[in-house]
Amino acid sequence: MNENDVLDVAVIGAGPAGLTAGLYAARAGLSVAIYERISPGGQLAQTERVENYPGFAEGADGFELAWAMKEQAEHFGAIIVSEEVTAVDFSGEVKTLTTPFGQHKARSVIVATGARPRKMGLAGEERLAGRGVSYCATCDGNFFRGKSVCVLGGGNTAAADAKYLARICERVYLVHRRDTLRASAIDRERLSLLPNVEFVWNSRIADLRSEEGRLAAVEVEDVATGARRTLPVEGLFVAIGTIPNADFLEGVLPVDEGGYIVADESGATSVPGVFAAGDVRAKGLRQVVTAVSDGAIAAESAAAYVASR
Amino acid sequence: MSEMVTSSDFEEKVLKSDVPVLVDFFATWCGPCRMLGPVVEEVAAEKAGEAKVYKLDIDQSPDIAQRYGVMSVPTLILFEGGAPKRQMVGAQPKQNVLALFA
Repeated sequence: MNENDVLDVAVIGAGPAGLTAGLYAARAGLSVAIYERISPGGQLAQTERVENYPGFAEGADGFELAWAMKEQAEHFGAIIVSEEVTAVDFSGEVKTLTTPFGQHKARSVIVATGARPRKMGLAGEERLAGRGVSYCATCDGNFFRGKSVCVLGGGNTAAADAKYLARICERVYLVHRRDTLRASAIDRERLSLLPNVEFVWNSRIADLRSEEGRLAAVEVEDVATGARRTLPVEGLFVAIGTIPNADFLEGVLPVDEGGYIVADESGATSVPGVFAAGDVRAKGLRQVVTAVSDGAIAAESAAAYVASR
Repeated sequence: MSEMVTSSDFEEKVLKSDVPVLVDFFATWCGPCRMLGPVVEEVAAEKAGEAKVYKLDIDQSPDIAQRYGVMSVPTLILFEGGAPKRQMVGAQPKQNVLALFA
């Protein structure tokens, strides 16, 4: 692809939303490239098992499902480019995307950059990441085989992490700031049946303790009473939600209080020709199934926009 | 795909190399490792001739992973003159991997 070529559609991000947008745009006969900072799949590719994506009664392997989406998009002519978009210029009729390796132009843009795990913002967190503090239980759980670990959070990810870790770890403390989990009923019930999972309610993590550069314990604080307790864990799995990957768009597109891009039901943002799809968009339910539907809708909207110019 | 290195040939291939060596500590069951794989391949192609790139399966060679304190996968470590020089934890974009060689 030549630097001066102008694409019909540039998609930023090759997770489920971006890949589906690419698939629909390519099938609509548009020229489309998907720019991806690492490689295709997004958070889906990092998910061990997906149990709620329709069509897979036994559940699907996240990486394999993501890879099938990638192959399907490429099959219809979408091109995936391994470059991270670091800046954009949406001011003209032709939009420009800048990456560390060059510039790319397109008539319309679909932002599908997804979200990433939220950090705790505690002293020592950066230093101990990969040294006991982890944001991916299925990646790093095995390093803590037979040891005690802590999971922080109360949503579906925290519940899935605790369940996974309970299979390989001696003891799992699930620390949550409320007294009940937000996770789905089926996960709550499964967790309550596991003998080596202990719930630490109404609590936050106040301090990380390390020895020889590795996590040795976490100090938790009861948010009501202020009472503190030390949990002797070598691993801490952080699952306190996500934040949108929209930093490179700051000041360019309107966002909500959480930093998610505001778009209407057609995926249109307030900038003509720029659409948003998937987890990066302000919405109620962030799942693979809502990401792919966003991608399809945004691609149809982009096609209509390109045809109208 | 980049060549594998294991406990038995780690010294020969990595520690005794006369050019910088990037080692990708990975596991077959780790999603982010599978995502980082293609990025490492691109970097290997770009650095061909001036550096070597090997993949190390931490389940096959846990002793090497432990020796270098790897507790998270993927971890990339750049070795120079037989010693680790820089490292990166987690799947990250190509420019960050290239920056390990700077």
